[in-house]
Amino acid sequence: MTAPAYTLPDQRLESRLDDAKPAFTASEARAEAERCLYCVDAPCIKACPTSIDIPRFIQQIATGDVLGSARTILQSNILGYSCARVCPVEVLCVGDCVYNGWHKPPIQIGRLQRFATDAALTREASTGRRVLTPKTAAHRRRVALLGAGPASLACAAYLALEGHEAVIFERNALPGGLNTTGVAPYKLHAEDSLREVEYVRSLGVEIRTGVEVGRDVTVASLLEGYDAVFLGIGLGADTRLSVPGEDGAGVVGATAFIERLKNEAGFTVDGVRRAVVVGGGNTAIDVARELAKLGVSDVAMVYRRSAKEMSGYEHEMHHARVEGVRLVENAAPVAVVRSDDGAVTGLRVARTEKGSPVAGDERVLDADLVVLAIGQSKLRALAGEFAGVELDKRGCVVVDAVTKRTGHAKVYAGGDCINGGKEVVNAVADGRDAARAMMRAWG
Amino acid sequence: MADLSINMCGIRSPNPFWLASAPPANTGEQVMRAFDAGWGGAVWKTLGNPIVNVSSRFGAVDYAGQKMMGLNNIELITDRPLDVNLREIAEVKKRYPHHAVIVSLMVESKDEWKEIIRRSEDTGCDGLELNFGCPHGMCERGMGSAVGQEPKVLQEITAWAKEYARTPVLIKLTPNVGDIVEPALAAVAGGADGLSLINTIKSIVGVDLDRMAPLPRVGVASTNGGYCGPAVKPIALHMIAALAREPGVRVPISGIGGVSNWRDAAEFIALGSTSVQVCTAVMHHGYKIVEDMIAGLSNFLDERGMTLDQLRGAAVPNYREWGELDLNYKIVAKIDADRCIGCQKCVAACHDGAHQCIFTGPDDRARPPHAHAHGPAKAPRPLPLGRLAGDRVPWVDEPECVGCNLCALVCPVEGCITMTEVAHEGGVDTWNDRVRDGRDKVPGRIFE
Repeated sequence: MTAPAYTLPDQRLESRLDDAKPAFTASEARAEAERCLYCVDAPCIKACPTSIDIPRFIQQIATGDVLGSARTILQSNILGYSCARVCPVEVLCVGDCVYNGWHKPPIQIGRLQRFATDAALTREASTGRRVLTPKTAAHRRRVALLGAGPASLACAAYLALEGHEAVIFERNALPGGLNTTGVAPYKLHAEDSLREVEYVRSLGVEIRTGVEVGRDVTVASLLEGYDAVFLGIGLGADTRLSVPGEDGAGVVGATAFIERLKNEAGFTVDGVRRAVVVGGGNTAIDVARELAKLGVSDVAMVYRRSAKEMSGYEHEMHHARVEGVRLVENAAPVAVVRSDDGAVTGLRVARTEKGSPVAGDERVLDADLVVLAIGQSKLRALAGEFAGVELDKRGCVVVDAVTKRTGHAKVYAGGDCINGGKEVVNAVADGRDAARAMMRAWG
Repeated sequence: MADLSINMCGIRSPNPFWLASAPPANTGEQVMRAFDAGWGGAVWKTLGNPIVNVSSRFGAVDYAGQKMMGLNNIELITDRPLDVNLREIAEVKKRYPHHAVIVSLMVESKDEWKEIIRRSEDTGCDGLELNFGCPHGMCERGMGSAVGQEPKVLQEITAWAKEYARTPVLIKLTPNVGDIVEPALAAVAGGADGLSLINTIKSIVGVDLDRMAPLPRVGVASTNGGYCGPAVKPIALHMIAALAREPGVRVPISGIGGVSNWRDAAEFIALGSTSVQVCTAVMHHGYKIVEDMIAGLSNFLDERGMTLDQLRGAAVPNYREWGELDLNYKIVAKIDADRCIGCQKCVAACHDGAHQCIFTGPDDRARPPHAHAHGPAKAPRPLPLGRLAGDRVPWVDEPECVGCNLCALVCPVEGCITMTEVAHEGGVDTWNDRVRDGRDKVPGRIFE
């Protein structure tokens, strides 16, 4: 492996949050692996967006072929290391394990995948013996990838494995996308995301950080100089509420807040006693859980509709409740309340019926921090610079379902910029499919 | 509570559960603790001229997350001085007069047999067990299984022992023979009062793939050992049953080989054992397991209204030759859709390992070209939807099902796949019947 190119500061707040699902020991992994029934036409494979042959990799752990197991995983999902940690397995592979119906604990597939990929990356780093070996392409192509998040990393890695040149352009100083800046630390810490990025680089992928396409590099030069371009640009800034009192200290966007928590030296929430998180999605739940785990004694989530209509996962909300987060449902923010000196003291909310505020039925939730997790903007402008690339009504890049090709013959796209914000594993599947489609198109 | 006491060729014991001659019966201190725990008898670790043992000594086969499905050992007979063992045996017998204490013996010359039998019986022991079974180490010196594999020698030494012994003599047989009946008949001809079997099976338990050495490893190398534990139970059951139905064997049998619980013991007794001997289960879990064995066997007998005497040998008449089995008997697999979890293990097992008659999905399916029935396999309509597995529940093409049991064996859910008897015309028809009536020609013979 090449020397680490990216470093994180010490004293990051995320370091205080331990893994929610700790690593298996070898004997735990083996015992869990041996519980697997090795189903025929296994439902877990069908539930995986990257179709990893799960019974096979589990069997390989059970028989002591851990590197073979990692190979099975990485062939289908090159970011299997992070997906093992961040995947919502409860609603994917684990959720479809046949044991559930039998009222027996389902196989802990995520933790087994972590066991295999941890072992493989560690061994590869220490011995240099590869799990997957890049080939040499008869005709080497060049692909430019925008954004160094999971979609681009996956696309670039599968291209590099076939011997092609993949160059990723990343605006931020750190690569990895939301794996580095946005995933809840009790699932994945930033250093583990960067470890996986190093693995992708070791396959031959080049990453240029601090480079903004459109400012430092022109779109025209990319289309000119590369055989294909992949858009893995994700989403933009956190959406604002547009209510009085919103501007100023004490009101933060969720992804911006999490990024500081994960990446910034000395960032702290020590002064925060009461926090209100606005939103009912998984990012909202993540922020609320992080605040609660970091010792904020009163954490409330405010959601416009009822609990059962939340887009956040039920199992995540369950954990949040266990950790002390309370849900204020059927309530919509009306104004941020500030003291005379401008400090946030609360969030005024209106009761809602079917999502719409009821006039005159308002109250104030005490808070000294308000976090907005109501979505992120779309990077319409950047995508729009590529002639022929279309956006749908939501602002998502339109692609072919199979090839991930946009309206421009040389431009492909994947990840959050085509789906509006899904899981890492979906981004990996997109990137992989796009890489395969490019190679098919080149013949 | 059922009366579990036994009298095996004059050796009385409060229950049929004896420690086998092995590490759990190595010392007086152990045997007394075992008796306190509830064991009815103990066959002392084999006495002879003391030897030197190696390190390491045991190896095991684990299976699917469970430890010690099979155990292999390369330990020899006792490595403690003879007089120490004899003093402890006398002490145990004095303190536990109603328990069975049997001394296992293994020496070479007739004089040695005479002397060790005399000194053993002076302890007040209840009987002797001649170890003609050990398949490792001792056999290289002409003892153990080297005797058990030579019926003439076995008979001669048995006769020597009977000449000197005042207490009952059991002969412990090795399973490392072509036909267990031969050494058994030799033992009976030599005057044996009872038979103990099986001793361990010659084995190599595994290979250390880093050092390229067999296991259990002694330095850079290993030797073959003796295999025992749950894995060998089927082999033991067969050999015991073979002797139980052999008219020439009229002596009681002490059953050994993978007995781990009361149910195993009941099976050994049903196939003709009077006592059962246990080693591996004690080495795995300790003496305490005998509590469940006593309670379980007693509860079983009470529930059935049976005595131990009635259980003994009850299954022997139904152990028959293949030629006596009913060719008209037919069963087919039935899948309980509501119990099915949709793992489809049965589908792979049936298609790859059996007779290609379990399918999935709503459509009729083409039968393989070698099928016996005509046309496609008919999918049930409507397709049964399982409470747990929905449309993943497989279905059975009953006309093609041969009733092999494999699907039910691989199914992880108890009671999900049931083998159900199908009505058939005509009475019992065995192969032997067919031979007798000249109906034993099946089409497709080498020479028609």
